[in-house]
Amino acid sequence: MRQNEENLPGKLIAVEGLDGSGKSTQIHLVHQWLKSKGYRVFFTEWNSSSLVREATKKGKKRQLLTPTTFSLIHATDFADRYERQMLPLLRAGYIVLCDRYIFTSFSRDATRGCDRGWLRKMYGFARIPDITLFFRLPLDVALGRILEGRPQLKYFEAGMDLGLSPDITESFRIFQGRVLEQYLSMVDEFGFTVMDATLPVHAQQTKVRRLIQERIDLALFHKRLSS
Amino acid sequence: MSAQRFYHIPPPGVDASKLTGTLIVLEGPDSSGRSTHIGLLRQWLEEQGHAVAQVGLKRSTLVATELEKAKQGNILSPRTLSLFYATDFYDQLENQIVPALRAGFVVLADRYIYTLMARDIVRGAEPEWVESVYSMALVPDAVFYLMVSSKTLVDRTFQNHSELDYWESGMDCGLGRDWFGSFLRYQRKIRQEFVRMQKRYGFEVVNANRLIPALDADLKGRIQQVLAKTEKG
Repeated sequence: MRQNEENLPGKLIAVEGLDGSGKSTQIHLVHQWLKSKGYRVFFTEWNSSSLVREATKKGKKRQLLTPTTFSLIHATDFADRYERQMLPLLRAGYIVLCDRYIFTSFSRDATRGCDRGWLRKMYGFARIPDITLFFRLPLDVALGRILEGRPQLKYFEAGMDLGLSPDITESFRIFQGRVLEQYLSMVDEFGFTVMDATLPVHAQQTKVRRLIQERIDLALFHKRLSS
Repeated sequence: MSAQRFYHIPPPGVDASKLTGTLIVLEGPDSSGRSTHIGLLRQWLEEQGHAVAQVGLKRSTLVATELEKAKQGNILSPRTLSLFYATDFYDQLENQIVPALRAGFVVLADRYIYTLMARDIVRGAEPEWVESVYSMALVPDAVFYLMVSSKTLVDRTFQNHSELDYWESGMDCGLGRDWFGSFLRYQRKIRQEFVRMQKRYGFEVVNANRLIPALDADLKGRIQQVLAKTEKG
């Protein structure tokens, strides 16, 4: 069932990590770099399918979601993007960059109590990325980055649905700690490349670009038509 | 309920204890008479003093509207549609079916996971994948599959709607450009899938080619037995 049995001409690169780990910045810079070099590249982010977004927004705003429906609605969003964008692009020979991938669901939804086996089977149609960069940051540093800006934490983002604490900031701390544990338990299972997210942004990006060049023959991804 | 249980494990946070109600499912294609018979059953059950709750597909607070919109556009991939329906199903399971069963209601479900699974499998989904998605569903006390011949189905569909439905004709499945031909092929595939599932899930297949009063009496007789069994506990 796992899609990796099929050889595809494209490459899949995903970034994962806690909120505040800097992963979105890093993948954005990778995107800019590959575009500027004239490679066939496409960027997609978690929870962005236009069709499913309405339902997700409503569910979150009105706090209608349970761990199961929270998980399913994100899987619906993912399947929509996967089957309409990612997979066709991989077949067409693109480098597909994903800001968050199925591991976000594995870590968050398992923290919410979803069965790990159930989650893995549900996402069994999705390829394991060629490169998964996990931006690792000590919990207090990640929390500091998010909390220092006096953030408007959202209900589900802070794991308030789990009843960890009536205080939203405290709930966020506990929730993020558990999500981090889930991530760490997947490093070997899915072959994450662990990045030290405490380093300066530029130093991290240099490493990321080197790693991508080592693992992917970029010459194969030059645009076929001049535009 | 007698042997209240879930196919695999309950959804997280769902307390499966003390579900004293009874879950009865009617399955069958459109125009097989499901909603007519559910209406009759409800009235009869209430006359006997049972509190009744009705559920069906695409009725969740969470995604029903969006799901309907998505279906109109016909632009979701089959897997996306599967997962969207699964979201709708679990929303109702957790927020309607389980609470009603805990309150001791008889829950009449106008279709359940089997229709959803059959549709997905006919559209090429891997059976193990679909079964896994629905593995946290509650096992009903009884499932009645209203089996109708294609001929009766066609007659009733034209009588009720004067045209064939896009999805019930499987027009998204590439079975042919002719709606009538596609309808017959699609309904046959669904029926075959139900027959396959019947062994696994133990449905009671009832002949729904009959007139309403005959089928009504048959269903009531069967449900009486189910209730007698669950009430004895």
